[in-house]
Parts: sequence; structure tokens; C-alpha cells
Amino acid sequence: MLSLDKLQSTGKKATRDGFGAGLKAAGDQHDNVVMLTADLRGSMKSEDFINTYPERFVQVGISEANMMGLAAGLATGGKIPVTTTFANFSTGRVYDQIRQSIAYSDKNVKICASHAGLTLGEDGATHQILEDIGMMRMLPGMTVINPCDYNQTKAAVQAIVEHHGPVYLRFGRPSWPIFIPEDTKFEIGKALHLSEGSDVSVFATGHLVWYAVEAARQLKEEGISVDLINIHTIKPLDEEAVVASARKTGAVVTCEEHNKYGGLGSTIAECLSKQLPTPQEYVATDDTFGESGEAEELLEKYGLGVKDIVAAVKRAVGRK
Amino acid sequence: MADIQELKRIASQVRRDIIRQVYLCQSGHPGGALGNTDLFVALFFEVMKHDPSFNMEAHGEDAFFLSNGHISPVFYSVLARAGYFPVEELKTFRAIDSRLQGHPTTHEGLPGIRVASGSLGQGVSVAAGMALQKRMDGDDRTVFVLTGDGEQQEGQIWEAALFAPHNKLENLVLIIDDNGQQIDGPTREVLRLGSFADKYRAFGWDIMEMDGNNMEETVETLKKAQAKRNGKPTCIVMKTEMGMGVDYMVGTHHWHGKAPNEEQAKNALSQLEETLGDFPAEGI
Ligand SMILES: Cc1ncc(C[n+]2csc(CCOP(=O)(O)OP(=O)(O)O)c2C)c(N)n1
Ligand SMILES: [Mg+2]
Repeated sequence: MLSLDKLQSTGKKATRDGFGAGLKAAGDQHDNVVMLTADLRGSMKSEDFINTYPERFVQVGISEANMMGLAAGLATGGKIPVTTTFANFSTGRVYDQIRQSIAYSDKNVKICASHAGLTLGEDGATHQILEDIGMMRMLPGMTVINPCDYNQTKAAVQAIVEHHGPVYLRFGRPSWPIFIPEDTKFEIGKALHLSEGSDVSVFATGHLVWYAVEAARQLKEEGISVDLINIHTIKPLDEEAVVASARKTGAVVTCEEHNKYGGLGSTIAECLSKQLPTPQEYVATDDTFGESGEAEELLEKYGLGVKDIVAAVKRAVGRK
Repeated sequence: MADIQELKRIASQVRRDIIRQVYLCQSGHPGGALGNTDLFVALFFEVMKHDPSFNMEAHGEDAFFLSNGHISPVFYSVLARAGYFPVEELKTFRAIDSRLQGHPTTHEGLPGIRVASGSLGQGVSVAAGMALQKRMDGDDRTVFVLTGDGEQQEGQIWEAALFAPHNKLENLVLIIDDNGQQIDGPTREVLRLGSFADKYRAFGWDIMEMDGNNMEETVETLKKAQAKRNGKPTCIVMKTEMGMGVDYMVGTHHWHGKAPNEEQAKNALSQLEETLGDFPAEGI
């Protein structure tokens, strides 16, 4: 069982580095894993896989729509294609190609997307997609995963390769604390209980999980006990874990690096409104595009900082 | 007659602005920006009819679209130097709360920008749309659009490539930055593009070729394309060297999206004459 004092940062690495490590490991175990990229091999941190298995690496150039179609074709014949590019070009750019050739056609394609959210930083809003979880979640049959650190991302890659069906795996650019113990099991669709608490449920995904841990520590000092749950798999949602926690605490906060519409907050609200209506506060971007800046300064400006989680918890508790 | 010497002096300052912008924020794309500097200076200081007080609609003016938005520092410098906004603002490039976003956008209202770009492959369609609007409204000015060569790998480009000649968009000039480089390496290794001239000719475009780092030739070719009205859109295949003007950045893809450190920046600036006065900034 994890707890706040076990969740310590053991160093920093980007989640995309975890992707690269996971892909190499998955490639070692499964010789039908094929990586595709659209002129962004360097950004995907996958040189290990590419150098070890050059015959299983496909460079498509700057042609993401083509990449999605190629992946569908590779999957049809039994490969496990892993498409790689930035999150914006993995989703919005190619939504209909994913919808028709991959999701509707039941293809076993793994859409792996780096540079998700605000934290890609200086490239700005054209690249900072904050709508991708919503888009991908709406596709019938699509599994949607947003891991929170290097270790979890690495484990998630191995899990999605072993899972049959289309998956959207979303991770990021910046160097970020590594705090999920390496031996933690990653189960698709199973929430990860990070810390037991009784006053409020905090559900967090992606980079903001670390901020939620820090917020929970701060709140503990102030006498507020947080039931902290990492929802790495947004779809399918672990409804049982969500409802059980909300029943215990009676107040909910959701934390994500995504628009308040369509993401984790919406997912939890949809679940609870049906099964157990509960006061909920959102830590998410407020229906806005991003902008250029440094990762942490952007999280702060857009209301996704530790202090914003603390404030949201207090509001949620106040509504009980 | 164009004063080529004066244009070259402006280009030198613009190259300094590029280096200083990316150095200050330690991010951004100097390579392509430097390679395209002579083109931007020719367009904005000699060829295009345009008004720095900026009207989005560009009625009676030539319009320019940057499809390969990552080379924004050259666009920002030229717009500022042409009077669209204060030169001092260049120091805010890519910083939080700036109008000078990593990739150009209309969202912050920066004068001179008519559409957001950054996600590659979309600009030719937008430019073709405006060329169509101009024809519908009886406005005979020209619409220019620049794309990278790697960018030409996007499928949408070829949808627009069919549309423009079919619709006889003779007021549309597409410029392809044929520098032979993209992020993962030389274009011929990443995804071979073959001959742009042959491809676009087969699609029904008029083809012109120029050395985009030769100011005289660039001005002359652009003016020819601008004046031409024969029922066909024009595609200018423009040879450039990535990183042109800074010896250690020339001809390699290393500087596609990487900022120089202090020593490298100083070295670069020592190769470029300050002709119009640097924008004020601390530390460089
Ligand atoms: C749709 C899309 N895919 C990928 C990228 C990432 N990207 C930015 S620049 C670039 C290379 C562009 O090559 P080229 O057009 O030749 O420009 P150059 O490197 O010569 O400046 C890529 C792949 C992007 N911005 N948009
Ligand atoms: Mg190029």
C-alpha cells in the first residue's frame, strides 16, 4: 500500500523518456512491435528501440494522416504499430483517420503522444493541445491513458502493447519528478490508490499527480485528510474506485493538464452524477488556449499549481 | 530600382535580431529563420505593397502567409523593423504574456499576422482561400505563402496544389524553402521529395526557381511572379542554406530548433553587422 511518505521524488526525468525505455522493453519481448514516427524521432526519446530494431522502425516524414493509415494497415496483418509524434498531431490533426481506419475498424494501434498539455512550454498554443483526452475518450473502444511519471509511463507502454485494441497514450516533454515506486504494478483501467484519507477525494492524472501529492502533504499539515487516487486510465474509468472514494469522503477534486471540458473532471462527473452525486471542484484549464512560457510558470498562470489544488480542496470540503 | 545594398544591410540586422531573440529565451528555431531572411526582407522592404498600420483584410494590399510557423523569429523581426510593432517587443519572444508566441498567432492580436501557424501543412490552403477572395472582390493584389520543403510532405499541401490551378488562382505565389533539411535529417533521407518543379508543373503551376540567399535574384524573381497574370498560380522553388549568415549554423540541421549558448551567440553576432541598432535587452 502506498502512502504520502512513500511518494518521494527520487530524481527527475521526462515521461517521454519513460516512453522510450518502455518501448525498448516491449520491443525486446514482442517482435511484432513496430514504431512509426513523423519526423520527430529525436523528441520521442526512442533511439534505443530504433538502434536495436532498425528493421522495425518506420520514418514516414511529416505526414501524420498517412502514418495513421499505415498503422491501420500494419495492424491488419498482425503487427502492433506504435505511432509517435506530438499530442496535437496525434489526435486533432488526424481525428478522422483514427476514427475510421483505427477505432471503427478495431485496429490494434497504439497512438503514443508526447508534448501533451501546457508543459511543452515555449512552442506555445499551436502545439499545446488541451483537448486530446476529450477527443480520444469520445471514440468508442478507445483506451485512454495519461501516466504521471517516468516509471509509470515505462510500465504503461508494456501494458498497452500486451492489451489488444486501440490505445491513446499521452505523455509530456518536461523533466518531472519520479515518485511512483518502480515495482508498482500498472493495470489498465485500475486506479492507483496513492494515499488513504477521509475528508476529500483527489483524483489526479498526468503531471499534476505530483502536484496533488504535494498539495496532500500540505493539507495534512492543516488537518485535512486527502484520499488521493491516481487515475492513469481515463477510459475505461475505474468507476468502482471512484464511487467508493467519493462515498467515503463526500467531496471530490479532479486535477489534470487539460481543458475542464472533456477530460478527467468531466469523466469523473459523468460517473458520479449517475451513481453518487457529489460536490466536485476542477483543477483544469478554464476553456482557453495556452501560450508560450516555461512549463511550471504556465501551470501556475493557468491555475494548475499546488496552491490551486489546495484551494480547490478547501472549496470542495466547504460544499459538503 | 531596388537598392540591393540597403536590403542587405537590413538583412544583416534581421539576422542579429533572430540570434538575439532565440538566445534570450533559449528556445526557438534559428536555422530556418536565418535561411529565409533575405526572402522576408525582399518581400517586406521591396516587393510587397503593404501597410504597417495593419488591416487584417488587406484590401488593395499584397498579403503574406507563413505556413512553416516555426521560423517566426525572422517574421517578427521583419514586421517590427517594417513598423508593424515596436522593435523593443522582440525581446519578449516566447516569454510568458508576450504577443510574440513561439509560433505566430492572431490570438494575441500581433499586427502583421493573419492566421496562426505552427502545425505544418495548412498555410497554402489559407493563402489559396484569400487569393480566391481577392479575385471575387476584384482586388488584383498578390497573395504570397511560404512553406518549408519538409512541410511539403503533408497531404493537405497537395490538396491545395490541385485546387489553385483548377481555380486559375493567378494571384497566388507559393514559395518553397528548398533547404534540403528537416528535423530528423536531410529530406532525401527522411522522405524523398523529388523534384518540386516537376511535381508542381504536372499539377498545373508555373514554376520559377531562385537562390533565396541572393538578394538581387530574389527581388527580381518575386517581382516577376507578383506581376504575372496568365491564369496559373506560381510556385517558386527557392534554394536556401539553413543557418545562412552564421558560419557554424550553415548547411546543418543541428540548428533547426536549438538556441545558441552565450559564447555561440556572441560568435554569431560578431559575424553580423549591426546596421539599424539592436533592440534593447539585458545580457546580450
Ligand atoms: C503537423 C506538424 N507535424 C510536425 C511538426 C513538428 N515539426 C516542426 S518543424 C518540422 C520540420 C519541418 O521541416 P521543413 O519544413 O523543411 O522546415 P526546416 O526544418 O527546413 O525549417 C517538424 C516535423 C509540426 N510543427 N507540425
Ligand atoms: Mg527544410
